[in-house]
Amino acid sequence: MFYIKIFFQYVAQYMKTRMQYRADLFVEFISDLLFQAVNLIFILVVFGHTNLLGGWTRDEIIFIYGFFLVPYALFSSFFNIWDFNERYIVKGELDRILTRPIHSLFQMVLERMELESLFGALTGIAVMVYAGMSLGLVISWADPLLFLLFVIGGMLVYGGIFVMIACISFWADARTSIMPMMYNIGNYGRYPVDIYNSVIRFILTWVLPFAFVGVYPAAYFLGKEEWLLYSFLTPVMGIIFFGISILIWNSGVKRYRGAGN
Amino acid sequence: MDKYLEMIRIRFLMMLAYRTNYYTGILIYSINIGAYYFLWSAIYGEKDAIEGMSVIHMSTYVAIAWMARAFYFNNIDREMAAEIKEGKVAVELIRPYNYLGMKTMQGLGEGIFRLFFFSVPGMVIVSFIFPLQFSADAATWLLFVLSIVLSFFINIQINLLTGITTFFLFNNTGLIRAKRVVIDLFSGLLIPISFFPTWAQDVLKFLPFQGISYVPSMIFTNSFSNNEAVQAIILQGIWVLILIIPIQILWIIAKKQLIIQGG
Repeated sequence: MFYIKIFFQYVAQYMKTRMQYRADLFVEFISDLLFQAVNLIFILVVFGHTNLLGGWTRDEIIFIYGFFLVPYALFSSFFNIWDFNERYIVKGELDRILTRPIHSLFQMVLERMELESLFGALTGIAVMVYAGMSLGLVISWADPLLFLLFVIGGMLVYGGIFVMIACISFWADARTSIMPMMYNIGNYGRYPVDIYNSVIRFILTWVLPFAFVGVYPAAYFLGKEEWLLYSFLTPVMGIIFFGISILIWNSGVKRYRGAGN
Repeated sequence: MDKYLEMIRIRFLMMLAYRTNYYTGILIYSINIGAYYFLWSAIYGEKDAIEGMSVIHMSTYVAIAWMARAFYFNNIDREMAAEIKEGKVAVELIRPYNYLGMKTMQGLGEGIFRLFFFSVPGMVIVSFIFPLQFSADAATWLLFVLSIVLSFFINIQINLLTGITTFFLFNNTGLIRAKRVVIDLFSGLLIPISFFPTWAQDVLKFLPFQGISYVPSMIFTNSFSNNEAVQAIILQGIWVLILIIPIQILWIIAKKQLIIQGG
């Protein structure tokens, strides 16, 4: 209960600060939208030259991309930990975090949230609705619930992976460039995994399970029976990966000695 | 002239000091090349050629486009924005050199460094992983070198333009990001321009972006005839000259209305 109250207080504070610079916020929306449009344009241009991509139609690929945008928007709103090493370990900001009365990871999520990224979820849903209509998909009563479940699962997969990578900083002080690398690997999950070779497919499913953020859960709504098991594994993978990442985080915090002075 | 050459040297040495950052850079670019390689292989499927390019042409195109990007890409626009915001630009303006010329030279130093420590080794590594095809024709290589130098200049001119806008907008992080996305798409880095629908190609023909990535990559993969290549390079050169005009105009206006606070 306390956590929820704190969460909304932080959200309110955040809104106030952002509303101070409306022009900047507006430009950020536009550049986000542009970023999402580029990938869409890529898909549209490519399908001007082919009808199928590894057995998937244009609208199916667009649908997967639209789905991907939703958990990704949630992830980028709440897990802004790509500069964890510099900001919290090197500068010693973590000392302050640890004195706060809520869990350290939750405190960091609150401090670093970027709610404007949530706008990407709306874009994603709009893209899905467009693609779904041209595919003639029918929505059953359970679909909205499953959608929510899969989206949260996907966000937890993403969050889990990035928290684990941030945790490396507890053990190794040196700056690593693994973070930006992960963002690039994450892009692989936007397309059907069957276009990759089996090694990459295995990695995207079990090691760095980015496929659970895009293609696997989206396949359920597209009625792809052969992926059904994977679709329903999405929330499970999310909970497992995020759970492990919290365990690693906790043991990392125990090891943390501060940056001196 | 000496001082400008010295600037190139200093930037080169500065980059050399932090060279470990670049090993992971090569890995990141290879991951990106990999993603597009698999994507294009799936797009081609059974087809032999799309728009006159075979799948092996396409993988070479993707690889060279990314590795060439390592050469021409720089964050001069962001550096300028930071210097203008912090007021450091006032000191820069007093110094006995042309500020924009100096920024160009710094970019060139960075580019030369990345050419030797990023693009070339990266290209070698990538050619072991993916099936690529290199031209054995000396003329192709010559044209490619010429074209890649011009693409560096077009890109840095666009960066200078974006950097100067800081004088008017004060906060242009959003604009810088948007510019990057637009260039990635319209320069032909992600999709060769010839794949766009005809109406889009007609529009892009009148924009400088295709001189950044599309032209050198097409030359490298031998997808242009020598005649086409020469024409494209001349067009690149014309763009370099045209872009000087808006840069100079904006620069003069910016200097007139510049206000430095404190210092």
